[in-house]
Formats: sequence, C-alpha cells, structure tokens
Amino acid sequence: MKHYEVEILDAKTKDKLCFLDKVEPNATIGEIKSMFHKSHPQWYPARQSIRLDPKGKSLKDEDVLQHLPVGTTATFYFRDLGAQISWVTVFLTEYTGPLVLYLMFYFRVSFIYAPKYDFTTSKHWVVHLACMCHSFHFMKRLLETLFVHRFSHGTMPLRNIFKNCTYYWGFAAWMAYYVNHPLYTPPIYGEQQIRLALIIFLFCQIGNFSIHIALRNLRPPGSKTRKIPYPTKNPFTWIFLLVSCPNYTYELGAWFGFTLMTQCLPVAFFTLVGFIQMTVWAKGKHRSYLKEFRDYPPLRSPILPFIL
Amino acid sequence: CLHRLDQWFSNGAGMDDPAAPLPTSPSCHEEDGTVEEKENNNKKRTKGAVATAWLTFYNIAMTAGWLVLAMAMMRFYIQKGTHKGLYRSIARTLKFFQTFALLEVGHCALGIVRTSVIVTGVQVCSRIFMVWFVTNSIRQIQNEESVILFLVVWTMTEITRYSYYTFNLLHHLPYFIKWARYNLFIVLYPLGVAGELLTIYAALPFVRRSGMYSMRLPNKYNVSFDYYYCLIVFMLSYIPLFPQLFFHMLRQRRRVLHGEVIVEKDD
Repeated sequence: MKHYEVEILDAKTKDKLCFLDKVEPNATIGEIKSMFHKSHPQWYPARQSIRLDPKGKSLKDEDVLQHLPVGTTATFYFRDLGAQISWVTVFLTEYTGPLVLYLMFYFRVSFIYAPKYDFTTSKHWVVHLACMCHSFHFMKRLLETLFVHRFSHGTMPLRNIFKNCTYYWGFAAWMAYYVNHPLYTPPIYGEQQIRLALIIFLFCQIGNFSIHIALRNLRPPGSKTRKIPYPTKNPFTWIFLLVSCPNYTYELGAWFGFTLMTQCLPVAFFTLVGFIQMTVWAKGKHRSYLKEFRDYPPLRSPILPFIL
Repeated sequence: CLHRLDQWFSNGAGMDDPAAPLPTSPSCHEEDGTVEEKENNNKKRTKGAVATAWLTFYNIAMTAGWLVLAMAMMRFYIQKGTHKGLYRSIARTLKFFQTFALLEVGHCALGIVRTSVIVTGVQVCSRIFMVWFVTNSIRQIQNEESVILFLVVWTMTEITRYSYYTFNLLHHLPYFIKWARYNLFIVLYPLGVAGELLTIYAALPFVRRSGMYSMRLPNKYNVSFDYYYCLIVFMLSYIPLFPQLFFHMLRQRRRVLHGEVIVEKDD
C-alpha cells in the first residue's frame, strides 16, 4: 500500500505548519485533523479549516485522502476558525435565559417594578396564561435540544454565544417587563382574542414538534446524511407538501399567537425580527435543497406557502 | 469574466476606497462568446456608464450644496456678527442636503459604490438623527455654540469628501484634495463628535421637561418609550462606534496615502 505524505500550510502566510509522512490512503480529513492537533495542541480539530485552496471551501471530515484531487504528496491549507463552542451548549444557554428571566418578571422580583408591587401577582388571568405558554415554549426547546435534534455541525464560533444570548435574553426581558407590568392592559377583544390566540399557539407548538420529530427520523443516529423530508402519517407534517422549512412556519405561527394573546408591541417586534431571520434561513435551506436534489418537489416554498 | 462582473455589481462587503465606481470594461480575455454573452456584456457596460454618470452628477450636486451652506453660514456671521439665529437661517438647506445623503446607502446596496452598507448606513443615520430629531425638534438648543461647532465640521468634511469623489470619478484628482480628505478628518472627526455630544447633552433637560416623543404606561400597546433615555443610549453608542469609524479612516489613510497593504481581519 502506497503511503501519502501530507503537508499543511497556513492559508494566509503559506508557512509550513506541519508535515505528516506515512499517511494511509484511506485516512479521512478528520483523522488528519487529529494528527495536526498533536503537533499544534492549541488548534483542536473543531477549529481547523482544511482546504485544498487557500481561498477555497473547507473539506469535510468524512472526505477520504485518496479520493481527493491530490498527488501522493498532498498540500493542504489551514485556517483557524477561532475558538469554538458546541451547538448544544449554545442552545442550552440561550434558551435557559428567557425561561428564567421571564419567571423573574412574572413573580415581580425586587428592583424590577416599584417596591409596592414586589412579589405580587397580576390580576389578569391572561398574564398567567402567557407565562405558562412562554415557559412551556422554552422548556420544549430545551428538551428538544437534549433529546430530539441531530446537529450537522458539532460547533460554532465562540462569539456566537454572546451574540445569541444577547438577542434571546434581551428580548425576553423586554417582553416580560411589559406583559407582567402592574399597568398591563389586557387584549381589546378580551376572552375571544385570548382563546383564539391560545388555539393558534398550541396548534403551532404541536406542529413545530411534529416537524422536529420528522426531521430527526430522516437521519439515523450518528450520521450526517441529508434527505428530502416528506409528509408522514402525522397530519401536522402534511405542510411539507407546500413548504421546505415548516418548523419555521410553525414557529412564526406560535409567536404570532403569543403576540395576539398578550397584545404587546415588544412581542410583535420580537415576532417580526424572528420572522425575518427565519425567512433568511429558510431561503438558504430551500436553495441548498434545490442544489442538492434534482427531484426536489417544485410546489414547495421556503417558509410561507406560495408567498415566500 | 461574466462571473467577476456579477461580483462587482452585487453587494460588496469590502471596506475599500468608497465611491470608486466599478470599472465598466473588464480587462479579461474573452473567448468567442455567444451572442447572449456579448449582449449581457453590453448591458453591463451600459449599466456601468449610467452608474458613473449618476454618481458624477450626485457628487457634484452635493459638493455644490455644502458649498452653498458654507457660504450662507459665513455670510450670516459676517453680516450679523453673532451665531444666534444662524441655525434657523440655514436649517432648510441643511435638512435638504443631509437627507439627500440617504441615497448613498442605496449606492452601496446596489453595488455601484464599493463600501459597506452598514458603515455608510450608520454614518448617514447618525447625521439624520442629529438634524431631524435633535436640532430640528428641540428649538431651545438651536443657538448653542456646539451646534455651530458640528455644522462647521460637517461642512468642511462634506465639501472635501464630495469634491474628492467628484474628481476621482473624473479621473483628475488633485493631490491636495486627496491630502485633505485623508488628513483633515484626524482633527475634524473628534471635533464633530464633541459638537454633536455637547448638543445632545444640552438638549436633555428640555426633553425631560416636555416629555416629547415619549409614551407612558398604561396603553393598549403595552409598551413605553422614553426619549430622554433614548438620547442617553444614543450618546453612549458613540463609545463603541466612534473608534471603529475613526480607525477605519486611519486604515484607509495608510492605504491610500502610503500604499500600505493592510490585512483586514477575516470574518
């Protein structure tokens, strides 16, 4: 068996960082990253980007050395992706914040509102309902992170956790402040509005969960395969006929329901910003589906049936 | 080649020399292209020519506008001997030309100017905010010295900047304009910031007293807004933003005047 030689150069300075000899032809990029990590302990594999061209795309961990367009002396370029943090850690942190913060406002912990209101409860039952819905939503997210989602990438750049937590925690505090405020004004159309909002909210929560389960079942444990999602026996998944990313569609619906329930402008604003972000993600996902699968169903839109 | 043209016309995130319009005829080798490719090339060349013509007109107009402002300010001061009432006399012209600058965000978004949309957006928005939401709405501070300070700074900066762009587009840039653009800012930028911050600070008590632009609880939207604290946050935002913009200009200066190649931090 002919062995390969691998040299790794810095993508920017072109300095020779590492030379590996007697590398097996069936070695994967992942294994090469581990070997590189040994000679440079500060660059653990998750923060290595290995590519064939200094400005090219990163190679995947699963790529096999002998199947790459390289000679028996392979030259790779390395870029440091910066400190990395696992997706699970980020999700858990960014979702626990809103859960805890909202409850602090709900129970009117000291220093938030005027002292005479400390540890009092709201006289409007919609405020109690809203707290239950908000808490349920984030507990669901936490449990899904732990038990349902299968992540393609293990890690993301460390600075993302600060960005994401600022977004989630900031908005949660802003919304919770007004909904749990002693001077809160309940919805104009009263009971009707709240009931409709609750139905929409619950419907979309079940829908969102169904989609997450369906997506999980597309992928066997431990693998990184990608397949086209299709409707299953669960009616909540039939939306796959019309939409590529129904998890975002349902998420938007749930927050729309919550906005209707609380009739609170900060909540509406949060819903809007989330909608914009999810639309960007949905369009990207839709585009990569179309690129990857020739037979992708043409009727589907990224996030809103026929519209977006 | 067409791929490169596409990149030039799409949104560039590079923080390069602003207002340099993209070249209209690429120096690349074209093989025997199809009729469609040649038509596409012609369309892109026309687009480039139109963009250049528009930008030239725009920059000449803005240079003229700020020159008019400068002369009006000088004439007022020479005739009246005081700065009291100066703002009122030039308010309309200032609002017109400063608001018109919103177009520059569009130029970046369309890709006909190779500057970051965000950098331009932040700068133009802070100007618009000062003009419309501070000096225009809070009449009591219109005669403050700090207002004159930032007006003078803005005028000098804009005349230099727009004439630089104009001469650049006409491919006839006198060195002293280039020198002015990349050196005066070192003094003008901090002075302008000082003028703006002092003005907002002077306005605070009047905002507090009048409760303008503010909304209190309870209301059916379940939201509140305090313009007083909004202004304070706005002032605090200068702390992270001003150094970034200033050092961006310093990097540009090193590159343009001394031909140094600065390796930007990759995102």
